[in-house]
Amino acid sequence: MKILTVENLSKSFGGIHANKDISFDVEEGSILGVIGPNGAGKSTLFDLITGFTKPDAGKVKFFDKNIFGISPDKISNLGVGRTFQKLKPFADQTLLENVMIGAFVKEKDIKRARDRALEIIDFVDLIEKRHHFAKELSTGQRKRLEMARAMAIDPKLLLMDEVTGGVDQKTIPGLVELVKKLKKTGVTIITIEHNINIIMEISDNVLALDQGKRIAFGEPKEIQNNKQVIDAYLGTFDAA
Amino acid sequence: MTSEIIIQAIVTGLMMGLIYALIAAGLSLIFGLMEIVNFAHGEHLMLSMFSSFWLWSLFGLDPLFSIPITILLLAFCGIITHYFLIRYILKAKMLIQICATFGLSIFIRSIAQLLWTPDFRNVDKPLLEGRIEIGSVFIGQPQLYASLVCLVAFFGLYWFVTKTETGLALQATAQDRHAAEILGIPSNKMFAIGWAIGLGCVGVAGGMMANYFFIFTDVGINFALFAFVAVALGGFGSIIGCLYAGIIIGLVESLGGLLIDPSFKLLYVFAIYLLVVIYKPQGLFGRY
Amino acid sequence: MDTKLEIAKSEPIWNTNNRVISIIAGLIIILFVLPLFGMNSFYLHLFIMIFMHAVMAQSWNVIAGFSGQISLGHGAFFGIGAYATSFFYMEYGITPWISIFFGMFVSAIFAVLIGIPMLRLSGHYFAIATLLIGISFQVVFQRWDLVGAASGLWVTMTPEDSWSALQFHSSKAPYYYVFLIFFLITFFLVWLLSRSKLGYRLRAVRDDPQAALSLCINVSNYKIIAYVISAMIMAPMGSLFAQYILIIDPDRVFNIEISIIVLLITVLGGIGNVWGPIIGAAILVPISEYSRIYLGGTGGAVDLIFYGLILMIICIFRPNGLISFIPKDILERKKQR
Repeated sequence: MKILTVENLSKSFGGIHANKDISFDVEEGSILGVIGPNGAGKSTLFDLITGFTKPDAGKVKFFDKNIFGISPDKISNLGVGRTFQKLKPFADQTLLENVMIGAFVKEKDIKRARDRALEIIDFVDLIEKRHHFAKELSTGQRKRLEMARAMAIDPKLLLMDEVTGGVDQKTIPGLVELVKKLKKTGVTIITIEHNINIIMEISDNVLALDQGKRIAFGEPKEIQNNKQVIDAYLGTFDAA
Repeated sequence: MTSEIIIQAIVTGLMMGLIYALIAAGLSLIFGLMEIVNFAHGEHLMLSMFSSFWLWSLFGLDPLFSIPITILLLAFCGIITHYFLIRYILKAKMLIQICATFGLSIFIRSIAQLLWTPDFRNVDKPLLEGRIEIGSVFIGQPQLYASLVCLVAFFGLYWFVTKTETGLALQATAQDRHAAEILGIPSNKMFAIGWAIGLGCVGVAGGMMANYFFIFTDVGINFALFAFVAVALGGFGSIIGCLYAGIIIGLVESLGGLLIDPSFKLLYVFAIYLLVVIYKPQGLFGRY
Repeated sequence: MDTKLEIAKSEPIWNTNNRVISIIAGLIIILFVLPLFGMNSFYLHLFIMIFMHAVMAQSWNVIAGFSGQISLGHGAFFGIGAYATSFFYMEYGITPWISIFFGMFVSAIFAVLIGIPMLRLSGHYFAIATLLIGISFQVVFQRWDLVGAASGLWVTMTPEDSWSALQFHSSKAPYYYVFLIFFLITFFLVWLLSRSKLGYRLRAVRDDPQAALSLCINVSNYKIIAYVISAMIMAPMGSLFAQYILIIDPDRVFNIEISIIVLLITVLGGIGNVWGPIIGAAILVPISEYSRIYLGGTGGAVDLIFYGLILMIICIFRPNGLISFIPKDILERKKQR
């Protein structure tokens, strides 16, 4: 079952094509990795799918429902969660409160929302930090916070923008493990990632972008050997 | 109602609009630079009118000649504002930034009230006086020159921001202050310059208006409101947008006053603001 | 692992500090019995003003502190409340107890009308719009003959004290209790709001609208809800104030000073905190009332100089207000290390 189908999605800002005719689909329960050099349009693609930026043309279908051009709150309400490249925690609130705000989507009662939030915080291994303010957490912890908060709305599809971006090397393996653990819960994941080895390791499919266009889409192996991808992005490719 | 009256209202509105445009340009420059709306802009205008008035009343200096002094005083005032207030709240939440400049506006206005009482004052017999008559349309000389000077100052500002090295550095800081700092543009200095120039614009407008406008401590409120609206209409941060927006506001104000009721001119401008915000929230002209 | 989760789940959602609760309960009792000990009318007036301003500031706190939108013309709703009550009482003899709700209703409608276009956009549009609104209301009422234009409304006085007309001439004590009860109810409701799902979501909107959108929160709707609630808290204070002074005019009830002082009290006490407005009002109102006595007629401007100065100083040094001097764990949120 295809959870997300994107056809010829396009967006331009003042004549510059941020995304042009991008098509791909995602199988339910899989992980799609999105790669591309800086400015390739990866984050824009996320914003278009989740409704934060209004697309110019194309089709976006979530299961059978058309979500092209719908507002972000409605799209998230259908079961599409996301994290942000530039982290956006609710800084003046505790970790628990951050996640509770997401949990209220599923649980009206405050106690049950709290318990649900705690379970998710436990899932991302931050239970001891639950009463810390978001601004006091490290970058890696804040990445976990964003994942937990997005999970709290019980998404069927989760878009994660640079899970391992901006954290130190020691923190990366833990975050990668978390993504794998997340996949096991059955949620479908689309992740933007700079680290090519991680992408190859976790993804079922890879979408490669360059200058707003799709240059390749397929299984990691194919992508690895795709000449265009190597030229545009990988350069010296350290075969994993 | 004859067409002469309407033409008269259009001319009056146009002249007023050019003044609004310059005041708004100062506001917009500051906003574009650091995303702070100067809610004390009207009070700064009031200060410039009073400085012009006192230079006339104490030293007998005609407002026309005191313009350079007024500009310098206001530019200095801008630097002080930046140094003592703004630089502390650059990183604060928008909420705090608004409260801080709003606090400044209350502070300046009430000090002025204490020092100078709320009386109305005006400059007697300035050099610029009288009016010219074209057909059946009367144009006050001081109004005419004020608007022309404002227009010249406006294009001077535009030229400065788009053509000079400092102006381009200002624009770079406005777009990305961190990137600009890496290029060796000190953002703090740029902000101070921005405030100096922004309030310098107000100095020009206030100095010219001192020739014919009543001078009192609350005089700035309406001008500031119109300037806020002009900035929103022109697109927050856009300078050239302020010119069109200022003229639109001037025309709406004077034609609305003529055709409906002059005591509600604030409401007409407010209506324009609502319409633009509803139908074209990014402003009429975009940024830069 | 599980045990840690179990421990976390067994924690109470809110920590209840018994000492704080008993202090608050004690204070409430003191406030109720205080007039019995023969307070003179100045002190009654002082407390009435504190209660009133605390509620007005709380109203502003809901829109600005909870949802993060700055209203610079909040006095408009105060004026609407004042005029609604007095007008309906004088024209149709409707008791203020009912017309208070008219004021709330009209305020809510204006909040929706203003909120829908303005709150979709960034905060500056809203701040500027509210500034225009505050002054527009004053201008319109100054020229609106139906409600007495610039001379305002002189509420018809009842011959003697009357609960149904909400007028008391022999003593200020009944007013004291009316304001006190409104004050307590408002604070209790806002306190509940801050702990509700709505409260959580409003704070999300304030802290990061984009993140809120990604969590199914319709940001502009929530801002509008906050604005409506805020307007409905403000209006009854206008209504009660009109009954208290029995004469209202545009310069009194639509004065920009009202919009300034609610902002100042909240920022001084602690914006976004339920207790902030109480602290702010308890400090600022006495200063303002005493300066009015000692500085006489010119007191107004001197007041404002200090207001402006305090506002800037707080913004620079204590953006979270005086309440940030009190350790957090005593009041609301507990934090375990």
